[in-house]
Amino acid sequence: MEYFLELLFGGLTRGSTYALIALGYTMVYGIIELINFAHGEIYMIGAFTGLIVAGVLTALGFPAASILAIALVCAVLWAAAYGYTVEKVAYKPLRGAQRLSPLISAIGMSIFLQNYVMLSQTSDFLPFPALTPQFDFMKPFGSIMNSSELVIVVATVTVCIGLTLFIKFTKLGKAMRATAQNRKMAMLVGVNVDMVISATFIIGSSLAAVGGVLIASHVGQINYFIGFIAGIKAFTAAVLGGIGSIPGAMLGALVLGLTEAFATGYVSSDYEDVFAFCLLVLILIFRPAGIMGKEKTQKV
Amino acid sequence: MRTKLHLIVLCLVMAAMLAACSAEEKKADEKADVQTGEVAPAAKLVLGVAGAHSGDLASYGLPSVNAAKLVAAKVNAAGGVNGMTVEVVAQDDQCKPELATNAATKMVSDGVKIVLGHICSGATKAALPIYLESKIVLMSPSATNPPLTQSGEYPNFFRTIAPDDAQAALEVAFAKGLGLTKLAVIHDKGDYGKGFATFCKEFIEAEEGMEVVLFEGVTPGAVDYSAVVQKIKSSGAQGVIFGGYHPEASKIVSGMRKKEITIPFLSDDGVKDDTFIKVAGEYAEGVYATGPMDFSTNPVYQEAVAAHKAEFGTDPGPFFPEAYSAALALLKAVENAGSTDYDKVTEALRTQYVDTAVGSVKFDAKGDAEGVGFAVYQVQSGKYVEIK
Repeated sequence: MEYFLELLFGGLTRGSTYALIALGYTMVYGIIELINFAHGEIYMIGAFTGLIVAGVLTALGFPAASILAIALVCAVLWAAAYGYTVEKVAYKPLRGAQRLSPLISAIGMSIFLQNYVMLSQTSDFLPFPALTPQFDFMKPFGSIMNSSELVIVVATVTVCIGLTLFIKFTKLGKAMRATAQNRKMAMLVGVNVDMVISATFIIGSSLAAVGGVLIASHVGQINYFIGFIAGIKAFTAAVLGGIGSIPGAMLGALVLGLTEAFATGYVSSDYEDVFAFCLLVLILIFRPAGIMGKEKTQKV
Repeated sequence: MRTKLHLIVLCLVMAAMLAACSAEEKKADEKADVQTGEVAPAAKLVLGVAGAHSGDLASYGLPSVNAAKLVAAKVNAAGGVNGMTVEVVAQDDQCKPELATNAATKMVSDGVKIVLGHICSGATKAALPIYLESKIVLMSPSATNPPLTQSGEYPNFFRTIAPDDAQAALEVAFAKGLGLTKLAVIHDKGDYGKGFATFCKEFIEAEEGMEVVLFEGVTPGAVDYSAVVQKIKSSGAQGVIFGGYHPEASKIVSGMRKKEITIPFLSDDGVKDDTFIKVAGEYAEGVYATGPMDFSTNPVYQEAVAAHKAEFGTDPGPFFPEAYSAALALLKAVENAGSTDYDKVTEALRTQYVDTAVGSVKFDAKGDAEGVGFAVYQVQSGKYVEIK
């Protein structure tokens, strides 16, 4: 039973990390039907910003808890700026173009950002300090779940609830939903579509940066390539849950994380990815739009 | 204008072909000289060097050419081998088996008797039958594929580097010495990591009273390895052997220590890297890793490196010490044998010790160098320390 619980919570943590990144994919897809392949790199840039800021603050002798908070804020701001710029540079000029053009532009942006970080920082792995505080009340459960895992799960749940409420009840959220439903119509009734799209990129990138800092602090190492694999998995989670749907991304990420954990735990970690992608194929056979996706005629 | 250009190009091509023809003739003449001049005072001993000298893997092959040249210069300065001047002849195989057979055929037709090479295991394997047929002694500084020697099919093959499974054998013997009987063997599914882990598994299973309780591959670059860590814990393993590189190793070992699993962690030379200690930090303490023996204090090695710097102005590349040692061993064997006779040279290689850059070596019946290979290191206060 303990083994099951250990796997369950391990899977939950992994699913939560996927969810933080998957939200950005799904929001952007929902609004402009673009798979933003550079999203994984934004996550990586968030982690790097966190590392640099944490390094500086540690050298200046700040207390541990404030380092995490300041690093998170800086990472969010910096990554949001990157997300905003990437959209303006790589996607906006192609908004009227064929669907494939922005996709290629996204892949190019992803390669560019990876290599930019590799050249300007290093291609080596770097140690990432454990920023999350160790809570005393988690000590007895240490083997099942530790503090940094708890922080990741709690942060993901908070972010998801907050985002859902934001989209449901704020004016900007309403504008986002309108743009997602029909961009032209939204424009006609006076929604500032450009602003809505920028806001989507900024929110998505901020979430990725939060994920980047928390996950790097949990795992303890980063390099310029971490965004690629995390991005692929998060993208899978978004498709699994139904791309374009926010609760779907959350659910898809959890399903993916738990499947991987249990496949490793009860079968073999050699087949971790096999099980994850078999599940994806099966779900897409029976529900082509994903678990929570809306069935609609595709324009592809 | 166009026709004129064509004409010029045509002329150039013709000229080049003519030049090539004359070059061929010249070479043939030289060869004739060698054959007729065997009793002449300036007799030559040709040391063939085969390996990747161009292409993707040239950086592995070129250091062996430099090593051969340096050894030849050193030996010639001391009067040569049995009065013969050593001449280095290089043949490129780009680490490709099909080019390796060409290189071998060229060596045979040039009458070369001792060859340093090849560099890659695949190319070496392809070329070996040709050398064996013509009784040419081959010594590789870098081909680590175990069957090359262990199959016993190629008595003409020697190497100055330990085979792939030597590291696994040492690892398992060390684990046994620590008193570990139940081991979890984890790898990264890559050629290197999985190969190492598979050898470890075989050696553990062959050992009385030791067993593998878990054998698993992890996906490199995955977000975390918590599920594998839990599996290690529930398997009841007393120690973990990991085959792979340091990024995965540091993730697994910190995952284990964070979950308060304190069993010994043993790994390979992909982990014996200072980056591992830097990244895993406090969790790296106490980790064991096997790695190549440290021969930086060996006088022959220091001399070789100094000679390389003086001659080429750079630090030597990979496999340079092994290649330097192989060239020394080959020439010394010819000197000891008194001729380039195949049986006498192989006999000398197997019976007489030679001081080389990787230590004082002689070769066992199958062709592996004795006393060359790996040592166990442990992270102690942030540094790898050799364990005797």
